[in-house]
Amino acid sequence: MKKEFKIITQLIENNTRVLDVGCGDGTLMKHLKDNKNIDTRGLEISKNNVQTCIGKGLAVIEGNAEKDLQQFPSLSFNYVVLSQTLQAFYNPEKVINDLLRVANKAIVTIPNFGYWKVRLQLLFKGTMPITKNLPDEWYNTPNIHMCTIKDFFNFCSKKNIKLYKSIALHEQKTSTINKINLNLKNLSSELGIFLIEKQNEN
Amino acid sequence: MNNKENIKKIIVKKPLTLDCGKTINNYPLAYETYGKLNEKKDNAILAFHALSGDQFISGTNPITNKNGWWSHLVGPNKAINTNKFFVICANVIGGCMGSYGPSSIDPTTDKIIGTNFPVITINDMVNAQYNLLEFFKIDKLFSVTGGSMGGMQVLQFVANYPNKTKTAIPIACTASHSAQNIALNELGRQAIMADQNWNKGNYFNTSSSPDKGLAVARMAAHITYLSKKSLEDKFGRKLQERDDLKFSFDADFQIESYLRHQGNAFVDRFDANTYLYITRAMDYFDLIKQYKGNLSNAFKNSKTKFFIISFTSDWLYPTLENKEIVIALNASGADVGFIEITSDKGHDSFLLDIPDFLKSVKNFLEANY
Repeated sequence: MKKEFKIITQLIENNTRVLDVGCGDGTLMKHLKDNKNIDTRGLEISKNNVQTCIGKGLAVIEGNAEKDLQQFPSLSFNYVVLSQTLQAFYNPEKVINDLLRVANKAIVTIPNFGYWKVRLQLLFKGTMPITKNLPDEWYNTPNIHMCTIKDFFNFCSKKNIKLYKSIALHEQKTSTINKINLNLKNLSSELGIFLIEKQNEN
Repeated sequence: MNNKENIKKIIVKKPLTLDCGKTINNYPLAYETYGKLNEKKDNAILAFHALSGDQFISGTNPITNKNGWWSHLVGPNKAINTNKFFVICANVIGGCMGSYGPSSIDPTTDKIIGTNFPVITINDMVNAQYNLLEFFKIDKLFSVTGGSMGGMQVLQFVANYPNKTKTAIPIACTASHSAQNIALNELGRQAIMADQNWNKGNYFNTSSSPDKGLAVARMAAHITYLSKKSLEDKFGRKLQERDDLKFSFDADFQIESYLRHQGNAFVDRFDANTYLYITRAMDYFDLIKQYKGNLSNAFKNSKTKFFIISFTSDWLYPTLENKEIVIALNASGADVGFIEITSDKGHDSFLLDIPDFLKSVKNFLEANY
């Protein structure tokens, strides 16, 4: 299982209810279910992936997060996971709001567009970057709202979203992101993993 | 319609109070089984048939000599593997394949019941079939499944008996029969009732039954089971055994000939009054209303694991209506999976050999057994 999923697993407490948005082939769901006694649900856009998940005995619904998150009642989960899909939505802000409506806490991971290799490609080659986490060409990528770790960090403070934990991932190594090292982590990390929570209204 | 004497039946002694207020007892319920019930009795699947179906789900139907209506799905090593699972399927009450229905004989008058038969509902059908669990001494089913009206029975079953099945697979159905579907059913009923032979349902005394009306009802309904694309692909404007139009009202087009054949074949095996009663039961089906506007309440006491399946080209029970069930289940925190199968074949898809569909059912059952 990939490192990203291991970190997500560590962020989730045992015996909780988790919704995995864009659950893919259900690898993370199955792991959470089998190892942490977690009651999981999945939402997945690809029919093939839904088939695979059903074959694993997972409760997965075919659907599109932007339309179908609405069907889940408020606070019906303890955690909602969104792994590397935020950048593919038409309205990422609305999706984040929906995530934080459905669950107390959301774990959002983003491929970091501020990673130095990405920056160098754009700077020196002058073409849209292609990396391990961003493997598609500009004309066939599902990613329409790329952001950097710094962008997401700033977004959360601007929108009054509490950043419970911010983790940078680079070649299997993890480190904590904070205000002081933000610029450095934004340059050196491939992936940002954030555990976020809605700030109390009052 | 011979060999009906050999149909397996239980006589249900326990009184059943129908939704209409009448109580029935000592009524026959015809059924068929496939596979073997294991010692633990944890491998039983109750399958519910649709409007024109019967208990002969797999193998050869002894009455029609045709394949069972779900033989693509049910059988040895099929998606519902009868080497592993014990499949029970009953003819619904109101039906015409041996269960208590309008073509049954009233023992007090020795005459056929006809339209003196009470108007029944999906709820009544399910409650009648629940007696099969007691008959086979099954405490809890492994699954309940069915498509179309069969799917409605699945939903009603879980609502009525929240913890009597481990899993449930409602397919191509709805929680509340739409105005469009009521309209289409009404068209069929009016076709039957417009046939002079129908005679207010008392056609058994005369030698002729309302075959023409029933055939037209079936033709109209059959169109709704297909899709525009499947009609185009299968028939287009192809002519029937002729090179050119005949400038008459014969079946010039293949589609006309096909529909006429469907209509005629149907009357040989189906009773017109049963058609009226069963379509009425479908029209009356409104699980949302039964639970006072909140479908989630229908499932709130259930631990049953659901898997809902719809088909892209089904305009009779469209994905949207199937998704309403998914949404209600999610709202009640139930364990639910959902997939929309890509198919051009319309509502009929649930009866056809569509690999993605068969695989989905198989995977779900195997993963949960």
